[in-house]
Amino acid sequence: MDNLLRMATKNLDFHYGDFHALHDVSLEFYDQRVTALIGPSGCGKSTLLRCLNRMNDLIPIARAEGGVFLDGRNIYDPKVDVVTLRRRVGMVFQKPNPFPKTIFENVAYGLKVNGNKDKAFISDRVEQSLRQAALWEEVKDRTHDSALGLSGGQQQRLCIARALAVEPEVILMDEPASALDPIATQKIEELIHQLKKSYTIIIVTHNMQQAARVSDVTAFFYLGKLIEVDNTKTLFTKPKLRRTEDYITGRFG
Amino acid sequence: MIQRFMFGLFRLSAVINGAALVIIVYFLGVRGWRAINWTFLSQPPTDAMTKGGILPCIVGTISLSLGALLVALPVGVASAIYLNEYARPGKALRLIRLGINNLAGVPSVVFGLFGLAFFVVLLKMGVSVLAGALTLGVLTLPVIIGSAEEALRAVPDTYREASLGLGATKWQTIRRVVLPAALPGIFTGAILGLSRAAGETAPIMFTAAVFYTPSLPSSVFDEIMALPYHIYVLATAGTDIEATRPLQYGTALVLIVLVMALNLVAIVYRARLQRRG
Repeated sequence: MDNLLRMATKNLDFHYGDFHALHDVSLEFYDQRVTALIGPSGCGKSTLLRCLNRMNDLIPIARAEGGVFLDGRNIYDPKVDVVTLRRRVGMVFQKPNPFPKTIFENVAYGLKVNGNKDKAFISDRVEQSLRQAALWEEVKDRTHDSALGLSGGQQQRLCIARALAVEPEVILMDEPASALDPIATQKIEELIHQLKKSYTIIIVTHNMQQAARVSDVTAFFYLGKLIEVDNTKTLFTKPKLRRTEDYITGRFG
Repeated sequence: MIQRFMFGLFRLSAVINGAALVIIVYFLGVRGWRAINWTFLSQPPTDAMTKGGILPCIVGTISLSLGALLVALPVGVASAIYLNEYARPGKALRLIRLGINNLAGVPSVVFGLFGLAFFVVLLKMGVSVLAGALTLGVLTLPVIIGSAEEALRAVPDTYREASLGLGATKWQTIRRVVLPAALPGIFTGAILGLSRAAGETAPIMFTAAVFYTPSLPSSVFDEIMALPYHIYVLATAGTDIEATRPLQYGTALVLIVLVMALNLVAIVYRARLQRRG
């Protein structure tokens, strides 16, 4: 079955000031697939992720060269509206960061800043998103309580619901479970399995077992270069390059 | 051994600090409490200010401080938002910060003179609540900017990131997430600014406060009496200084209780915030 090509980078070079963080990265991301980015600390995987929704724009000394394409259009084109881009490409961060507001207000936030005023619509979408994030049953009686009262795992699922509410096409996850306990991690991983049916998911993880469990395609990075990318099963059982094999067998990390 | 000596020294200086405040309040209290009664607080002065009360002073001080806040709060918070959220590092930013820091260091009496020349004379406001409030507002501005900036800085960047990641603009992020989160800190700063404005004498001497005015102000262009100025006036220029001595202490006591109460509100509120956060 041929999946739709949703996002791609082409010869992407990225600098933080003088530091050359990404070297000539060309990578494709397909619909209804989970792509994992793995590699040792500092290899550029988070940098790449943040290029995909232009969050790196927030850093003054950051500079991207080359192309990053969403549905064939270069997102770094000056005519592109970054605000719209970020609605289509959502992000879940490493440490859960719900706003100091109610659960409802958190999920509704994206809808409200996009100009939605229809209370019924917002209410429906909030419930829908919380269901999609497997959180509804746990919070349905207290959506007007503060989000900060939830556990870490619940907060992260709330952040996922919040990202889902604006109906993105791509979901970026930056080590989404690294701050969570094993049970919460498992819930997040199950959620990713569910979500991939409807979204393009790109996940950065430093946990190789997680990448093996959760992803369809894995891309291995080292020192800002894409070393190898393949079907997850193949990469982990029959890697083509020595360096890849060394990393996944733990010879360095 | 030396450590214990140093700790002892530090403890001593903290004690001296606390003791100084206690001594001042006690001194004023002992000499002034007799003057405090309902008449004192609710009636204007009579008999060449040797009897009666300080109602116009209380009204005047409250009007001036609130007026100062009305001026300083919007401008100060807006400046703080600009400095913390929008400004890019560079020469312009450094110049602005230099200006604010220097403003904070201007002596009160110079503010008074400025207020006189600019608001009272040049802008033809005359000696009035308006001129006084504007002068005090300028004086309070650095206080507000400082505490507002601190409050904004304390808002974690993760909130901003989350908001922008959902497709919000920078201004939406500030209005819906950052500012509400910073509000408690800004409020604390506002209270402290209020208490500072309430106690200043020099800026209002030439711009708003007068020796005596027979009625309460009916418009912002009226002159008023004020607590700190009243103390000065009774202690130096009254017709019978010795007779008004208890009234002086009474006025001072009222002023210091007012200021302390405001500061206490700010401190307690801030402590509760820190415990919750």
